[in-house]
Amino acid sequence: MSTEMTGAEIVVQALKDQGVEVVFGYPGGAVLPIYDEIFKQNEIRHILVRHEQGAAHAAEGYARSTGKPGVVLVTSGPGATNAVTGMTDALMDSIPLVVLTGQVPTFMIGNDAFQEADTVGITRPCTKHNWLVRDTDQLADTIHRGFHVATHGRPGPVLIDIPKDVQFATGTYVAPEQARTHTYAPRTRGDRAAIEAAVELLERAERPVLYTGGGVINSGPRASALLRELAAETGFPLTSTLMGLGAYPASGPAWIGMLGMHGTYEANMTMHGCDAMFCIGARFDDRITGKLDAFSPGSRKVHVDIDPSSINKNIRVDVPIVGDIAEVLEEMLAIWRERGAKKRDVSAWWKQIEEWRAVKCLTYKASTSTIKPQYAIERLEALTRGMDRYVTTEVGQHQMWAAQFMGFDEPNRWMTSGGLGTMGYGTPASIGVQVAHPESLVINVAGEASWLMNMQEMGTAVQYRLPVKQFILNNERLGMVRQWQQLLHGERYSHSWSEALPDFVKLAEAFGCKGIKCDDPADLDDAIREMLAYDGPVIFDCVVEKHENCFPMIPSGKAHNEMLLGEASTEGAIGSSGAVLV
Amino acid sequence: MSPMTLKPGSSAQSAYNLRSTLPESHERHTLSVLVDNEPGVLARVIGLFSGRGYNIESLTVAETDHASHLSRITIVTTGTPQVIDQIHAQLERMVPVHGVTDLTVLGAHIERELALVKVASTGEKRVEALRMADLMQARCVDVTLESFVFEIAQTSDQIDAFIELMRPLGLLEVARTGVAAVMRGKEPME
Repeated sequence: MSTEMTGAEIVVQALKDQGVEVVFGYPGGAVLPIYDEIFKQNEIRHILVRHEQGAAHAAEGYARSTGKPGVVLVTSGPGATNAVTGMTDALMDSIPLVVLTGQVPTFMIGNDAFQEADTVGITRPCTKHNWLVRDTDQLADTIHRGFHVATHGRPGPVLIDIPKDVQFATGTYVAPEQARTHTYAPRTRGDRAAIEAAVELLERAERPVLYTGGGVINSGPRASALLRELAAETGFPLTSTLMGLGAYPASGPAWIGMLGMHGTYEANMTMHGCDAMFCIGARFDDRITGKLDAFSPGSRKVHVDIDPSSINKNIRVDVPIVGDIAEVLEEMLAIWRERGAKKRDVSAWWKQIEEWRAVKCLTYKASTSTIKPQYAIERLEALTRGMDRYVTTEVGQHQMWAAQFMGFDEPNRWMTSGGLGTMGYGTPASIGVQVAHPESLVINVAGEASWLMNMQEMGTAVQYRLPVKQFILNNERLGMVRQWQQLLHGERYSHSWSEALPDFVKLAEAFGCKGIKCDDPADLDDAIREMLAYDGPVIFDCVVEKHENCFPMIPSGKAHNEMLLGEASTEGAIGSSGAVLV
Repeated sequence: MSPMTLKPGSSAQSAYNLRSTLPESHERHTLSVLVDNEPGVLARVIGLFSGRGYNIESLTVAETDHASHLSRITIVTTGTPQVIDQIHAQLERMVPVHGVTDLTVLGAHIERELALVKVASTGEKRVEALRMADLMQARCVDVTLESFVFEIAQTSDQIDAFIELMRPLGLLEVARTGVAAVMRGKEPME
């Protein structure tokens, strides 16, 4: 094989050598040479999205469900700027993406050329790193480094901006092994003394909790397996952030539900009352901690994270361990076993947790006339549990209900926009997941407002015969906004409803897929079964109760033990200081 | 570092790094950052500071190793101890950053800044300006019948003092480089 190639050939060769099977993209003037090379080969599959934001979210769904980096190819200017939301989302949720953007030729950069944007300038704060490649000889090396940076350390998006003349010019190809990747080598092995201190805490804890997050899933399946061993051997209760669902099975004995703003009462009370907290691959986000100075006041805290900047950012911890979750857990378990796997009796603590669990915080008022959104998710869960199933969501109330009422027994099965909270994430993400897992059931649990933000991607689903199920909880409201307006803004519902929603069944038909509408709880099971049985994409319009609020809820500015459990206790519960927070 | 020595419930005033979370005074720290001299690296560092709301008191940068294209950025910043730690960690995880040294934490180090100070005056004031410059070890690098340009390489505080001395003596304008700093002794920073 000649090592002299055009830049466009180098791009395709580098992707092949990186083991890339799928690229999500949209062509345009500044990437035409690369698209020409894609046309000439069959190894890499290209999925044509309908909007560049969709490409980025689809690549996120692909990455999150496979553990491999997602690859995006878009043109200069608007192609790149449209992908910015997806890159920011991937940065916040630590999803490895490699985004390739076309750029105007090097001699036109800075001249306000057609479809020119300062892509590396715009994306500097929303990527882990980015490069503008000005020399074809540097192209292969840069792409390989891009994959290395995206997937090592805390994963994240990288962007490589490739001017059109660099794509046409000839340069030397280098293989991945020859690329200069050594300069980026984040530490993966935890400090032995710190791990020993953590084990000592495991042994002494009387009221422990394992608080786990998306880092466990990012670390790979081995980390989830080790976490399960740790939970089984210690018998400690385990809760997880939104991003970490599935790392420990929801059917497991240690599981006490998700924690945080809309987490379970038992999980949040356990966090508040514990004397030893083991934070594994989570980052003490404000949605988790609530009021910072009232957060878990009586506990000693261990924090395992691959990113040193996560340590002590929001919450001071007593034992920081910087390292890869799998490596640290492996060493922690080895030390724990070496020392005889001693632990205190935690049965009294479990008894307390069971009392909290008995509050049944997820209870809602059932109805026979309207479909309660919680009921819809419960039925969806009941009818799909145990299937080879992947779930994506949009952002809002439906997302929280899905997290509360669906159970995940494996990692990489739950794709949601946690950090950035991107409405419009779910539909393209479901497409990315379905591309990676063509035989599996992929459901996007959506709200109608979020769903409309990237509904154009149904065209992609139909074109590539991706049988994604769009399960839309339609309350004709921006439900979470409406809930906050009710609780915080004197019931002034400013612009939080839609008056001109489409007929989703006709919309489905217009896209060439199946539409199902259901508004009667008695018909819901049959309608869901119909959706599952249909061999193709489905848009399911589930018409639900319009004014349902999502509980339990830790109001902004309050502590974990000040949760709101239901409608009755909400009056004046959030002070004016809480209203300032998001 | 055994967590066992900590008082339970001490998390709000965690013993890790033994600092109190009670109202913290801002500290001034000098950070030395060794980076790849690649396009955009300065924008990346400055973007980190502006994006996350950190302060920059001064920032200097130049390539210091031409063979391996390494630049040293010296940043003087202020913040609570927690924010300083964050700045350190945020800088360190950037891809083109080779290493971050907090000189204020490490201790004995030399800080120098260069200033060019233009003073225009005549008569007694002119004589006095020249005398003060001599006392403060500032060098005259440009002279006309009605003006001087003094060059002074000193700590930032001493440059501040010199500028204050020149103010009543016909100070016109000042250009300052920001702080450059190295450790004392034979050990390198990285």
